[in-house]
Amino acid sequence: MKGLELRDLRVEIAAGGRRLAPVDGVSLEIAPRECLALLGESGCGKSLTALALMRLLPDGLTVAAGEARLDGTDLFALPERQMQAVRGGRLAMVFQEPMLSLNPVLTVGAQIAETLAVHRQLKGKAAQAEGVRLLEAVGLAPGHAGSYPFQLSGGQRQRALIATMLAGEPQLLIADEPTTALDVTVQAQILRLLKELQRGRDMGLLLITHDLDVARDMADRVAIMYAGQIVEWAARDALYAEPFHPYTRKLFSVLPSARRRGERLDHIKGVVPPLGTAFTGCRFHERCPRAWALCREAEPRLHRVGDGHYARCHLAVEAGPEAETAALPSRAEPRNVTAESGPLLEVQDLAVHFPIRRGIFRRTVGWVKAVDGVTLRLDAGETLALVGESGCGKTTLARAILRLVEPRAGRVRLAGQALDSLRGEALRRMRAEMQIVFQDPFASLNPRMRVGEILAEGLQALRPELGGGERHETVLRLLEQVGLDASAAQRYPHAFSGGQRQRIAIARALAVEPRLLICDEPTSALDVSVQAQILNLLKQLQAERGLAYLFISHNLPVVGYLAHKVAVMYRGRIVEAGGAEALIARPLHPYTRLLLASAPGHGLESAARAPEAPAAAGRGCPFAARCPEALPRCRESDPEIVERQDRRVACHLY
Amino acid sequence: MSFQIEILWSDALLFLLLAAVAGFVLHVRRHEHLRAPWGRVAGSRMGMAAMVVLAAYMAIGVLDSLHYRPALPAEPGQPVQYSNEVLSVLDALAGPLRTQVEKTYSEPFATHLYAKENLQLPDGRQVRDYPRLRYGGAHLEDPDRKAADIARRAAVGTGWGLGLAAVVWGLAAALLARRRGGGWGQAAGRLVRAPELAAARTALYTVALLLVLLGLALQLATHYHILGTDKVGQDVFYLSLKSIRTGLLIGTLTTLIMLPFALFLGVAAGYYGGRVDDVIQYLYTTLNSIPGVLLIAAAVLVAQVYIETHPELFDTAAARSDLRLVFLCGILGVTTWTGLARLLRAETLKLREQEYIQAAQAFGVSGLRILSRHILPNVGHLVLITVVIDFSGLVLAEAVLSYVGVGVDPVTASWGNMINGARLELAREPIVWWQLAAAFLFMFVLVLSANLFADSVREAFDPRAGGRR
Repeated sequence: MKGLELRDLRVEIAAGGRRLAPVDGVSLEIAPRECLALLGESGCGKSLTALALMRLLPDGLTVAAGEARLDGTDLFALPERQMQAVRGGRLAMVFQEPMLSLNPVLTVGAQIAETLAVHRQLKGKAAQAEGVRLLEAVGLAPGHAGSYPFQLSGGQRQRALIATMLAGEPQLLIADEPTTALDVTVQAQILRLLKELQRGRDMGLLLITHDLDVARDMADRVAIMYAGQIVEWAARDALYAEPFHPYTRKLFSVLPSARRRGERLDHIKGVVPPLGTAFTGCRFHERCPRAWALCREAEPRLHRVGDGHYARCHLAVEAGPEAETAALPSRAEPRNVTAESGPLLEVQDLAVHFPIRRGIFRRTVGWVKAVDGVTLRLDAGETLALVGESGCGKTTLARAILRLVEPRAGRVRLAGQALDSLRGEALRRMRAEMQIVFQDPFASLNPRMRVGEILAEGLQALRPELGGGERHETVLRLLEQVGLDASAAQRYPHAFSGGQRQRIAIARALAVEPRLLICDEPTSALDVSVQAQILNLLKQLQAERGLAYLFISHNLPVVGYLAHKVAVMYRGRIVEAGGAEALIARPLHPYTRLLLASAPGHGLESAARAPEAPAAAGRGCPFAARCPEALPRCRESDPEIVERQDRRVACHLY
Repeated sequence: MSFQIEILWSDALLFLLLAAVAGFVLHVRRHEHLRAPWGRVAGSRMGMAAMVVLAAYMAIGVLDSLHYRPALPAEPGQPVQYSNEVLSVLDALAGPLRTQVEKTYSEPFATHLYAKENLQLPDGRQVRDYPRLRYGGAHLEDPDRKAADIARRAAVGTGWGLGLAAVVWGLAAALLARRRGGGWGQAAGRLVRAPELAAARTALYTVALLLVLLGLALQLATHYHILGTDKVGQDVFYLSLKSIRTGLLIGTLTTLIMLPFALFLGVAAGYYGGRVDDVIQYLYTTLNSIPGVLLIAAAVLVAQVYIETHPELFDTAAARSDLRLVFLCGILGVTTWTGLARLLRAETLKLREQEYIQAAQAFGVSGLRILSRHILPNVGHLVLITVVIDFSGLVLAEAVLSYVGVGVDPVTASWGNMINGARLELAREPIVWWQLAAAFLFMFVLVLSANLFADSVREAFDPRAGGRR
C-alpha cells in the first residue's frame, strides 16, 4: 500500500528490572495527501510513536514489537545506513522548538544545502537554485539563505526548518507540536503553510498535537491517544460531530470558551496514569464516568462504531450504564463584589524602559520600551485579562506592578495607596495585598524546599507575628482550599504533577491573603484537563474571597471564559480595552481582530493573513506595518487611546 | 605512662572539618531530596569500593592527628616533664616501625644494608661487605632462610586478615537481618547473592582486601622493612603512612578555607550583579592571572621567615612545621577558590531568573535570606562535585610543591618530600627505587579512589546524567 502503515507498535523501556511500555500496540495508517492528527495529553506516548517511526528513540527505549511500512519499505528492518537515507529523505520530522532544531552556527542556506547534498545529490549552482525555490515555497525571501537562525524570528525559524525538511522531498512529514512554542498569529501562518505544502506536494502529514482546535483545522483523520494506546480513530468531521469514547468526550467538555462563561468546567477525575501502571481492563476505567464491571476486567478492542470510526471502548458493543448526570458540586455563584471605595488597582501611565548599554563604560545609548504608558483599572472581585503576543510587555507590566522591576514613570495605586513612593517596611506590608502565580509550575517552586516550607515562606516574611503552630494551621488550611491533602506539606515539589504544583503555587500566593492575584499564564504549561481544574479553582477562590485577578494570557478561549474585562497589549501599550464579552464579540482594533481570527478552530481559510511583526517600528502606529487597514496617517502619527462606546481603543480608524 | 594532649593547629582544623562533615551527614539524613543522590552513590559499586579505601586513608589520617607528648622518666620529687617530641596515636601503634632505624638505605625485605662497610669478623679480620641490618630480618639465624620465613608470616597474616574479614561479613549480615528481618543465615545468603546488594558486596570485598593487607603488614612490618629504608635509615612504610595525614590535610583543609570565599563571593556576584559583580569579578580575574606557584612560593617564604624570627611561639618542632602546613593550606585555598566561585556565579545568574526566586521577592524576602534559603541549597550539588574533584588535584599539588621546595616543611613526612629525597638517588647504580615507588603507590591509590569516588558523586548529582530532579 502507498503511504505509511504502522502495525502494533510497542515501545519498551527497561526500568528497575521491569519492562514498561509507554507505547503499547499503536496501529495507524496515513495515505498520501492525508493529514492525520495524533492527539493526546502529555505523557500519552504520541511523541515516542513519532520518534519510533524515525528510529530516533532516546537511549534505553527500544521498539519491542510492530511493523512500519512506508510505501512497502519495512522501516524497522532496514539497516541503520539505509535508514539514514530514509530519514530526512522520504520521512522527515519538524520539531517543536525551531531554535533547538537548527544549528546556530550554520546559515539557513547551508543547512538546506546539506540535506540537498545528502538526499538528492545536488551540489553547487543546482543546490543553490533549489534552495531558493524551497525558501520561496515556505514563504521566506531568498535573501534569508544567508541568515543565521538567531537572525530570524520564531515563525521564520520554523519556516526555515520546514524548508530543510522539504529538501529531501519527503513522502511523509511528521510535525511534532510544530506551533506550540509560537504566538497564535504565527501559529495560524505555519499551520496554513503546512497544509498547503501537504496538499501541493502530495505529502502525508502526521501532526502531533495536544490542541483539539489545531487538529480540527488541519486533520483529515484524527487519532486520540491515551496511556500509550489509540482509543479513538475517526475522520475529522465524524469525530468533532459525535465523539464516541468517554475520554474524547471529556476532552471536549473540559475546553473553556467564551460561550461557556459562568459555567463550571467539567473535569476528568484522577490523573493520567504514570508510566509503569499495571493495567487491568480498560486503561481509562478509573477516570471514566461510564465505567462498569466489564471495564475493570476486560481490555476493550478497537471496535467499529461508524463508517471509518473506531473506539477502544466496551460501550461500542454493549450498552453500559448511563453516566451519572454531571453531579458537579454546586458552588456559590460569584458574589458580585462591587467596589465600595473605588478601584482596587489603578495603573496610570506606567512605563518600564530598559537601558541599552554600549561600550566599555556601559553608557546608555537608548531604551527598550517594554511597557510604554499603560493605564489600567481593576475592581475587587473582578478579572482583567491582559492579552497579547509574546514580547508585548505583559509580564514586564505585571512585574512592574509588583515592584519586582522599577518603573520609569507612572503611578500604581493599590486600594487607594500609591505604591511607587513606598520603600522598605511599608512596601513589604503592601506586598501582602498582591501576589503572583507563574506560568511554569516546575520553575516556580524551589525543588529543595518542602511544600510546607514553601507555603510558610510568605507568612514568615510578611506576617512574622504568627507563631509556628498558627503558621502550620494556616498551611494546612491553604492546602485544603486548593484541594490538596494535608500530607502534601511534608513532601517535596517533585512528588507532584504539573497541576498539583500549580495548586501549590496558588496556595503560596494566597497564604498572605492578597486582594490582587496576578496570574501570569497560569495554565499554558498544563494539559487541557488540568487546565480546567485550575480554572475552576480560580473561579471558586474568586467567588469565596472576592479576589481580583490580573490574568495574563495568550489563550483567547480561556480569556473569553474567565475574564470580565480584557485589555489587549501591543508593543508595550494597550491598544484596546473593554468588557470581555463585547470585546470578543465585536473587536474594534485591527490587532484584536487579527488575534481573534488567528485562533485555531475556525478553519484555516478564515484565519487572517498578516505579516509577522517587524523588528523595529519607526514613526507612527506601531501596528501599522502589519495592519491590513492602515491609512497613510497611521505611518505618521501615533494614535491616542480614546473612549469609544463601551471601550477604549487606540486606532486612527475610530 | 602519663602524657599531655597536644592539639596542633591542623588537628583543630581537621576536627572542625570532621564535625562539619558529621553535621552535613545528619542534615542529609533528614532531607529526602538530599538523601536520594547519596543513595545513588551508595548503589554504585565503584563508588562504594572507592569510599572504603578513602575511609581507610581517613582513619589512618585521624589516628595520626591525635597528638600527645609523652612524659619523660621523672626523678622522684620533681614535677613531671614532658618530652619535646610530639607523637601521635599512629606512632604509638606503629611503635617499632618508628624506632627501628637502620644506618642508611636498605632494600625492601632486605637483611643487609645497601652500602658496603668495613666489617670486623669474629676472628679479627676486616672485610668490606654488606653488613646485617640491626632490625630488618634480625631474628633470622640464617639470612638464607628469609624466603621461607616471609612465606610463613605472609600466610599467617593472610589468615588473620581473612578471619577478620569473615567477622566483618558476619556483622554485616547480622545488621542486614536486623534491618530487613529474617534470620541471620537468610541475610548472609542474600548478602552473597542478591543483585540489589551488589554495591554493599563490593564494599565488603574491598574491606576484606584491606584487612588482608593489614594482616600482612602486622606480621611482616615488625620484622622486616617491607618498603625498605631511606637515606637515614627510617622505615619507608612508616613514612608513607605518616604522609597520609599530610596529603589528606592539604586536600581537605584547603577546601575548608576556600569554601567560604567561593560560596559567598560566587553567589553574591551572581545574585546582586552590577557593582558587586564587577568588584568580585575583578578580584578573581586578577588573582587568576598571577601564576599560582609564584604566589604560593612567596607566601610560604614569608611564613618561613615569620616562623624563624619568632621561635618563642613554638615550643616543639612539630608545632613549627605544622604551622607551615596550615599556612600552605591557606595559601592554596586563596589561589583555588576562583574556579568554584566562577561556576557558582554562573549558576546563580541562571537561578536568579527562576520564578521561585521572583515569588520570594514578591513576598519581600530579604536578599540574604533568598541567598541562603533558595540559592545555596540549589547550588549544593555543584559545590559537592567540585570539592570532591579538587581533592585529588590538591594532593598532587602538594607533591609537586614539596618537590619544588615550597611545600611542607622538610621534616614533615609527605609524599612530596619522599619524592624529593628519592630524586637524587635515582641516578645511583644500583638504583634506589623503593622510596619513589612507595610514595607513588600510596598517592596513586588515594588519588585513584578519590577520582573514582568523585566520578560516582558527579554522576549521582548531575541532573543530566540520568538522575531525575
